[in-house]
Amino acid sequence: MNQSSLINVFVALVKRDLLLALRHRAELFNPLMFFVLVVTLFPLGTGADSKLLQTMAPGIIWVAALLAAMLSLDAIFRSDFEDGSLELLLLNPHPTSMLVLAKVFAHWLVTGLPLIIVAPLLAVFLGLDSSLTGLLLITLLLGTPVLSLTGAVAIALTVGLKRGGILLSLLVLPFYVPVLIFSTNAIEMAASGLPVMAQLWILASLLILAITLTPWPTAAALKLSLS
Amino acid sequence: MQDFFYMGGYGLYVWGSYAVAAIVLISNIVLPKFQHKAMLKKLTKKLQRAEKLR
Amino acid sequence: MMKFIHKTASPPYFYKLAGLWQPWLAAITVLLLLAGLYGGLIYAPTDYQQGESYRIIYIHVPAAWMSLFIYVVMAVTAAIGLIWRIKLAESVTVCSAPIGAGFTLLALVTGSLWGKPMWGAWWVWDARLTSELILLFLYAGVMSLYAAISDKRVAGRAVAILALVGVVNIPIIHYSVEWWNTLHQGPTVTKFDKPSIDFRMLVPLLIMALAFKVYYVWSLFMRLRVELLDRERNTQWVKSLLMDNKE
Repeated sequence: MNQSSLINVFVALVKRDLLLALRHRAELFNPLMFFVLVVTLFPLGTGADSKLLQTMAPGIIWVAALLAAMLSLDAIFRSDFEDGSLELLLLNPHPTSMLVLAKVFAHWLVTGLPLIIVAPLLAVFLGLDSSLTGLLLITLLLGTPVLSLTGAVAIALTVGLKRGGILLSLLVLPFYVPVLIFSTNAIEMAASGLPVMAQLWILASLLILAITLTPWPTAAALKLSLS
Repeated sequence: MQDFFYMGGYGLYVWGSYAVAAIVLISNIVLPKFQHKAMLKKLTKKLQRAEKLR
Repeated sequence: MMKFIHKTASPPYFYKLAGLWQPWLAAITVLLLLAGLYGGLIYAPTDYQQGESYRIIYIHVPAAWMSLFIYVVMAVTAAIGLIWRIKLAESVTVCSAPIGAGFTLLALVTGSLWGKPMWGAWWVWDARLTSELILLFLYAGVMSLYAAISDKRVAGRAVAILALVGVVNIPIIHYSVEWWNTLHQGPTVTKFDKPSIDFRMLVPLLIMALAFKVYYVWSLFMRLRVELLDRERNTQWVKSLLMDNKE
């Protein structure tokens, strides 16, 4: 019997999603562009007062990252839902929650990781102190997967709906708030020279909580949306 | 008696709060009551139409 | 025990039960509310710090307690509905949402009305008000999701999943907002919790809390009856009920 192990299936699924994403490069570009645009708009909207921008920089970058993540959520399951491959995924003998994890991981590689790469440039735009850029990247590294994971639950619930757009933001916002709070707080505290390990540990625990707790409801919601 | 309504100058805020509370509490009873009546009416009509078609 | 549960959870039986209980729930609620209002507005003495404005507490705090209590009830019944496939449990989850949202809104509005004389602003990013605001979004999400899905059986289960995931999030949100707030604390924060609250002030508060709980059951039962009729419209018991009603 040629039964693939879970690891093999996991890796194969990630590879497949990455390949598909690469073929639709334009789609990946949109959330990233949105991220950059939103951050660019802020100085234009609030006056280029460097002190003000510097103080607000962590918040602006993080809120923009949240919005970009929200925009990108549709892509996790939409195309598979429409062409029927989602149903096939659910029929797979391996636990659906693990397969979901694979898809969310691939999604993060394609949407979260670019945000992290571009963030230092945006930090410069807003005049964030260069010593804080490393911390910004760490918070993004810990936080953006949580955005993808919790967002996956919300999009799984709404993928079957015709106009789930606004509803999606409503569902996802309460999950994003703690990540936003602890990330921006860490950077602000560091700016004042205060310790930030507590915030980082909390972000790490949120990440672990998300990895362990979100796949099951996401899988359950997908089964529901397909029924 | 005057003092009761005046509430030490905070009358607007205190009575405002109790008024909003009254609105919320009353509507969460009155609304379902209307919905119940409407539901019964709607389902009865549907049933009658189904009977007629038989 | 299981027989009792199965009997009570059976829609026709529960429909009748809820109908019979209604006048009693109404009477108890009104009595408790009157007692609480008398206690809060007349019996309780004036606060030496806040004067008469503190009396908003008799609405604000019980409303906030209910907003959390109801969400927890929603989560528990959601779990019961998902695990044991009991339709009534699912319906409780769905019907509780608007009531919970109402209490959350009430807590926010009264918090605002209390904040204006105390802190001088209609809205302050106080830890509790901010957490309540996010809780309102959680409720709005549940109600919107239920409304958006046309197959109500699917909708009920979707909402159950959402409620369960949301309940895990509530302590996280609360903790994170507390964290956020203590470091952004405004210059004047008058908190009502003195180390020991006057007994004459505490009793009406507890009565109001109890009154709101009984009220919740009253409103919930009314909504459940409507929901049951809707979901079970094609069953025999509903059809015979409608026939009897006409005569």
